[in-house]
Amino acid sequence: MTALLEARHVTKVFGEGIFNRSTHLVALDNLSLTIEEAPPTITAIVGESGSGKTTFARLMLGLTEPTSGEICYRGVDMRHLDRDQRRQFLRDVQVIFQDPYEVYNPFYRIDHVLEEPVANFRLAKSKAQGRELIVEALTSVGLRPEETLGRYPHQLSGGQRQRVMVARSLLLRPRVIIADEPVSMIDASLRATVIESLRDLNRRFGISLIYITHDLTTAYQLSENIVVLYRGAVAEAGDVERVVKEPEHPYTRLLIGSIPRPDPKHHWGIKEKAPDRVPSGRSNNGAGGGAGGSAGRQGCHFADRCPNVMAMCREKTPPLYQTAPHRATACYLYRDSPVAAPEKLSEIFVARA
Amino acid sequence: MNSNILEVRDLRVHYYTRQGAVQAVNGISFDLHVGERLGLVGESGSGKSTVALALMRLIRPPGKIEGGQVLLDGLSLLELPDEQMRQIRLAEIALVSQGAMNSLNPVTRVRRQIEDALRDHDVKLNARERSEWIGELLQRVGLPRTAADMYAHELSGGMKQRACIAIAICLRPKVIIADEPTSALDVVVQHQVMETLETLRAELGASVILIGHDMGLMAQAVDRLGVMYAGDLIETGNIEDLFSEPLHPYTRLLMASLPSLEQKEAARGIPGLMPSLLNKPKGCPFHPRCPDAFDRCRVEEPKLQTVRPKRDVACHLHSANAVGANSISREAA
Repeated sequence: MTALLEARHVTKVFGEGIFNRSTHLVALDNLSLTIEEAPPTITAIVGESGSGKTTFARLMLGLTEPTSGEICYRGVDMRHLDRDQRRQFLRDVQVIFQDPYEVYNPFYRIDHVLEEPVANFRLAKSKAQGRELIVEALTSVGLRPEETLGRYPHQLSGGQRQRVMVARSLLLRPRVIIADEPVSMIDASLRATVIESLRDLNRRFGISLIYITHDLTTAYQLSENIVVLYRGAVAEAGDVERVVKEPEHPYTRLLIGSIPRPDPKHHWGIKEKAPDRVPSGRSNNGAGGGAGGSAGRQGCHFADRCPNVMAMCREKTPPLYQTAPHRATACYLYRDSPVAAPEKLSEIFVARA
Repeated sequence: MNSNILEVRDLRVHYYTRQGAVQAVNGISFDLHVGERLGLVGESGSGKSTVALALMRLIRPPGKIEGGQVLLDGLSLLELPDEQMRQIRLAEIALVSQGAMNSLNPVTRVRRQIEDALRDHDVKLNARERSEWIGELLQRVGLPRTAADMYAHELSGGMKQRACIAIAICLRPKVIIADEPTSALDVVVQHQVMETLETLRAELGASVILIGHDMGLMAQAVDRLGVMYAGDLIETGNIEDLFSEPLHPYTRLLMASLPSLEQKEAARGIPGLMPSLLNKPKGCPFHPRCPDAFDRCRVEEPKLQTVRPKRDVACHLHSANAVGANSISREAA
């Protein structure tokens, strides 16, 4: 059976710009991920800014091409889709972006973003039927159509706007939705509602989700499996329950320890080794760890910040070690475990209970 | 000796728009004790950032401070002439603003920006002393001394925020207002920056007002918390008390809406939306969303009242327990 959407050994290198031809930034390094036709899954891709998570989303959406490797839709390389396949792809794979304030054209009413896909994909035979579909989609995400339709984007809250985006995706009955930081700009009291809408899409409509975020807490809440990226490479992946509760990779441990828990009795943070050097020159907008890996660099990207660093970490990039049936960690601390090939990443994922 | 470094009384700020006056801050009162870390938490539109700007007297038209009192170490800030207020800003009360990464000047080096601050406040130092002081400041915020000669774009997000903190503390202020200082940073960097801020606060003996929307950050970084909703302060209390037993229904629901790392699918959003500040509902501003609302809530706006030691809440559910005073200034510090 061919997979619905599949990333095979995808690497994306930025650079070779006009001003500085010598700088290369490896945004994503040999990542493979498979979304099967069935059953519907929820996979979280988690990382700091500069970890390559948005690059991954753009690759999966066909908005940018990989430097090497391929993205396949139903077994066909994205670059070689014919017209009909491309159209089917545009329907099957939907996206929800981070900023619910910028995706709308402020001059159009909310109705516009919902009517457009109905017209474009001829989802309805008549205007009335189209209206019916829109009303149904809005109701499914917990919005009252009479309070939503006919309004302008600025008249809705961020949470409502983001749910309209979920409704828009739903209209097309896609197979996969790629959600890139869908709740990071939404107030806390409404965040849970949007997460709930996304979970509902998966359960009720059988849509797979790729949930891209920097927020481990919502990733834990929503997903079944998680991929933790650090500077473009997989640090740790597998069953979200295990990864969050018993993190193995020192980076995942640092990440989870840094989350401020809403509990004053909980002690915040674990000790991290201070970075050896100041990033100089071309520093990206990424914070702390900085962004991407530089091309041709040897060793584990996390070595400079790692409290458990060993000599071997600086010599050769660690492979993924399968440390348990449903998890893998790219760290030499687990070198006694069998090596998992990068393309087998999705095979270790846990199936829904 | 007065144990309060800052006393705010009935502060009101309105923004004048074509549709009418937006009551962004609607008569709030609170105290900041010497050396204390006070949090102000609220969702977008709750008025928390407006409070920060009003304390600094940086509200610009169409906004206007409509009334109230701000006493900094006994000095009434709202009545000062502009020039005197300018001298006090940064020297006595400093602001680390939201998105500080964009508040550095992109075309001058960090050194120059600290020098500007020192010169504007008539700090008399010779070139060598000044350079030494700048180096020390940068080291204190966890930056290398060489960062002084860098431009903003050469620094990462966390480093830029550190540079902003260095500017904020360059004159050893008594009060530091940090408005969402880490909202644009990754969690790991957020933790480092907050640790730096706390170390500095302790060294300087300063007091901090931390403004934000993240209850988790508040739980870890402040001693006392005030919860804002629609321009009102609706609950205050010590951080442990407030988290172990939130009194206001909004605070309770807000905490229930936080996703946890321990338990799946427990979080529930709060139905409804914050009211428009142009025409707030009659009575309690939260009553349209409140599961416990009763008749009185729809007609009478509850006042912030002390209902038990060091606990103030603006809610009719608790008004039977009120012990007189309607401001947290009365608490036994």
